[in-house]
Amino acid sequence: MNLKIALFGIAREIVGQSTLDVAAPEGQSAQGLLLALHAQYPALAGLTSLAVAVNNEYAADDTLLHERDEIALIPPVSGG
Amino acid sequence: MIHIDLTDQPIDVAAALRSVEADGAGAINTFIGTVRNQSTGRPVVRLEYEAYDSMALHQLRKVAEQAAEKWPMLQQVTVIHRKGTLHIGDVAVVVAVSTPHRAESFAACQYIIDTLKQVVTIWKKEFYEDGDVWVAAHP
Repeated sequence: MNLKIALFGIAREIVGQSTLDVAAPEGQSAQGLLLALHAQYPALAGLTSLAVAVNNEYAADDTLLHERDEIALIPPVSGG
Repeated sequence: MIHIDLTDQPIDVAAALRSVEADGAGAINTFIGTVRNQSTGRPVVRLEYEAYDSMALHQLRKVAEQAAEKWPMLQQVTVIHRKGTLHIGDVAVVVAVSTPHRAESFAACQYIIDTLKQVVTIWKKEFYEDGDVWVAAHP
């Protein structure tokens, strides 16, 4: 399946674009996606934290991803 | 009773305060976050705030709802966050709450700003004379 990932802040700068299309196996988990992206973009692993959001909620490691989901990478937030 | 906004326009602080007025409120408490001229001693020229809008609005509302559960006497809650380019002294965020008595207004206001900073999908980049840094990005 193809996942479309939205990127923000330093994650967007590391990847060099604001969205990323990722070919992922069916049943891919949030943690599995992160591991795949860390391998492709090692600088992501140097961040203080990196979360996956699915449909505007923080995903648990074992949350399964679906093609129709709105998925985003969430580097450390710093609002306020 | 919950008013949430994310805007690229200057925040009208007086309007935010008016929005939490309530006949049952004996206390209105406000937190105003402003842009400081330095970060750990390094002069800051400007900030740029970037947001994942849909999630930021959703999470802001959840934070306000959690506050209303913890303090059921909350009358009104307003949270407005700015995005885009801000300069020294600009208002980045306003949290305003109204409650019958003051103790809960302080507690609820602090809870909202503290939790906002932990979960709401907004990112701040500090610009200095000689570089820039995404705040909190690296250990």
